[in-house]
Amino acid sequence: MVEDEGIRRYVAHFILWIGIAIVAFPVYIAIIASTQDNALIANGQMSLLPGGHFFEVYYQTIFVGTSGSTREPVGNMMLNSLVMALAIAIGKIAISIISAYAIVYFRFPFRMSIFWIIFITLMLPVEVRIYPTYKIVADLHMLDSYAGLSLPLIASATATLLFRQFFMTVPDELLEASRIDGAGPLRFFWDTLLPLSRTNMAALFVILFILGWNQYLWPLLITTRDDMQTIQVGIRKMITTTDALTEWPIVMATAVLAMLPPVFVVVVMQKLFVRGLVETEK
Amino acid sequence: MQKQAIFQSKLLPYALVAPQLAIVLIFFYWPALQAVIQSFLLQDAFGLSTSFVWFENYIELFREPAYFEAVVRTFFFSFAIAISSLSFALLLAVMADKPLRGSMLYRTLLIWPYAVAPPVVGVLWIFMLHPSLGVISRYLRAAGVDWNPLLDGNQAAGLIILSAAWKQISYNFLFFLAGLQAIPKSVFEAAAIDGARPMRRFWTVTFPLLSPTIFFLLVINIVYAFFDTFGIIDTMTRGGPGTSTVTLVYKVYSDGLLGGNLGSSAAQSVVLMIMVIVLTGIQFRFVERKVTY
Repeated sequence: MVEDEGIRRYVAHFILWIGIAIVAFPVYIAIIASTQDNALIANGQMSLLPGGHFFEVYYQTIFVGTSGSTREPVGNMMLNSLVMALAIAIGKIAISIISAYAIVYFRFPFRMSIFWIIFITLMLPVEVRIYPTYKIVADLHMLDSYAGLSLPLIASATATLLFRQFFMTVPDELLEASRIDGAGPLRFFWDTLLPLSRTNMAALFVILFILGWNQYLWPLLITTRDDMQTIQVGIRKMITTTDALTEWPIVMATAVLAMLPPVFVVVVMQKLFVRGLVETEK
Repeated sequence: MQKQAIFQSKLLPYALVAPQLAIVLIFFYWPALQAVIQSFLLQDAFGLSTSFVWFENYIELFREPAYFEAVVRTFFFSFAIAISSLSFALLLAVMADKPLRGSMLYRTLLIWPYAVAPPVVGVLWIFMLHPSLGVISRYLRAAGVDWNPLLDGNQAAGLIILSAAWKQISYNFLFFLAGLQAIPKSVFEAAAIDGARPMRRFWTVTFPLLSPTIFFLLVINIVYAFFDTFGIIDTMTRGGPGTSTVTLVYKVYSDGLLGGNLGSSAAQSVVLMIMVIVLTGIQFRFVERKVTY
């Protein structure tokens, strides 16, 4: 910038640190609470410094769950969430990349109609068709199953659009070259297009994994059995309406465990995350 | 949108689109169609017969004061969340856009809340601001505030708006930062040479150049507030106290749980569908403009 501005820089640093503090504070409190004694918290005397119950609280959370009658180890909930998130992310990428491939590299009747049919699903999020979709999944006997948790969410207009856009930029010469080598459509897809799409797939995977892990309304509806709960649904059931019975250290440990995988993905794969986020919104 | 070099095959393309098409038709179009059909039907009290009633379900719905309130509340929440989150994120992005030491670290430390799920956001915030045990509530009470979001509807609404805006800061920050970095620095230099002070430069140069990003984010934030606040509300207040935090999505969900009127529930879904179509339409019209901007 032009006129320089020592003080302005300090102000910028200061404001950014305030922003970071605001963003981090709720999570800090959760981590602290997950190391403390429930009685202390319930009395409203929670300390703002770490307590000494870290191992005991996390052990109980992961392997045992709350002491309530519907207890379920959070470790198992995390496993359910992981299966669901992976199924959603991989499923969306797989079915979107092959439909984009068909739409870009073939000419066939109803090609554009099919494209639009997929595209319009953008306007039909699960929230606007909650109970009819529930009924179909129930009729197909998919309640309380991994298939029920993931399959209805696997269609993706965004991913299909993204791959279509990317395939359009792939030079035609590549296809001609592999045709000369005697490659058919499937060979070309597998040997040429798929390796080229690797970065796009990775960026998309990061976003879709977070999206899948953080699903809430859908799993809340279709899981009734405790052992099929995802962590996001499980944490809600731990908060009892009679406050006195809520085991806050365990709830907070669950919150921390629920945040851990997606936050880890964002921080460690930041480049891919940013790329995926920007591209899926285009 | 069509390649010149293509493959010839009669069946293969259909086989390739079949999985996506099957899922879309079974789990998206069929239920959406069911909702539309249901919304024009009325079932008698015993569920024995149904009759076609035109728009009666819709008329009933809009006559219901609770529904009307939920519409107003949803729009109010949406704008409150969007505006508070956008302005704070813009402030942070403008600061992070300066050539500062450690700007990558700042970005990392500001973007991770994107990954926190709405129900967890609800749990984190209700814990901090819980009337009897929250760490912040202590100070509020000490300051003489009669703080109890579990009993006071306005406080509950405020808490929802605050926590939903908190979650969205990182997303908005990231897009604002990208938008700011896309503005050529020479523009600022020109304004500075013309003698414009930093504040003035912001309002006369940065802000107008950023307006496509702002508008885009406004739409995204409203969509977010419409749908993703469900998880926050459900863990934090469950629509209460009374109905003071019931949004449209929450109402569809909770009315359906009670298993009451199928037609009314379907009509609610259709109204939401129309709102999504309008919002998506706005979003796409705008994105086209952004490309040529």
